Amino acid sequence: MSQSYNRGLIEDFGRWKEFSAGMWAWIFHKFTGWMLIGYLFTHIAVLSSAIAAANGETMMLAGEQVNAYTGTIQGLEGLFIVRILEVGLLAVAVFHILNGIRLLMVDLGIGLTAQDKSFYASLVLTGAITVASVPTFLSGVGL
Amino acid sequence: MAERYSSFTPGGTAWFLQRVTAAFLIVVLAFHFFLLHFVNHAAEVTFMGTQQRMDHIGYFLTMVLFLVAGAFHGVNGVYNALVNQGLSGTPKKVVLAVLSLAGLALVAQGTYVALVMAEMI
Repeated sequence: MSQSYNRGLIEDFGRWKEFSAGMWAWIFHKFTGWMLIGYLFTHIAVLSSAIAAANGETMMLAGEQVNAYTGTIQGLEGLFIVRILEVGLLAVAVFHILNGIRLLMVDLGIGLTAQDKSFYASLVLTGAITVASVPTFLSGVGL
Repeated sequence: MAERYSSFTPGGTAWFLQRVTAAFLIVVLAFHFFLLHFVNHAAEVTFMGTQQRMDHIGYFLTMVLFLVAGAFHGVNGVYNALVNQGLSGTPKKVVLAVLSLAGLALVAQGTYVALVMAEMI
């Protein structure tokens, strides 16, 4: 007979002080998921400037006349805050990918006893990849 | 018998598709980030460069599939997160309808943009 385990209501975020590794992984996965789907809608909205560009619409960018798509993307990329947000997006995406791999393993019943360690590994790797990407993301932009 | 805590129907199609799209997205999202931030820098993206990439049918199809998989995985994920939080009854049906419409609109707009970029329309 399988044993019953009362985990309490973890959807009650007020209990965060009692949370263990697996619960934090679950919350971080949800949070990063919300960010990523929110970003996808924004991303398609920005890329929709391709429609204007295909219709021959232009705009000014740094004193030059460019098409609407190039101007929109390069205009956004010229902003320091956008570069910082991109680093944040990378961190969010990398964590969601790594923890997602961890979840697929859990689904397959692989390494169940190490599920807490694999969560910590996801966090450390996310941090390392994010820090390593900062020079690339901030290249050629001023404050 | 231990209680089940998943918001998915056991062995359901949504559960399965969430895993299949996850496996696909892991690979394509990593490729996408790498290509547009490390190989080509996002700050140097031009309309002409995008058109050249989208002219390759394999790249075009990968990007459209990426959009469909991402939209499904994201919208289905949000729906399940809300069900997890205790959403039920009529609000659950309304949320499902609104999220489905938002997901379909996202895929429709994204596909239209992709077709424009590939100069197919």
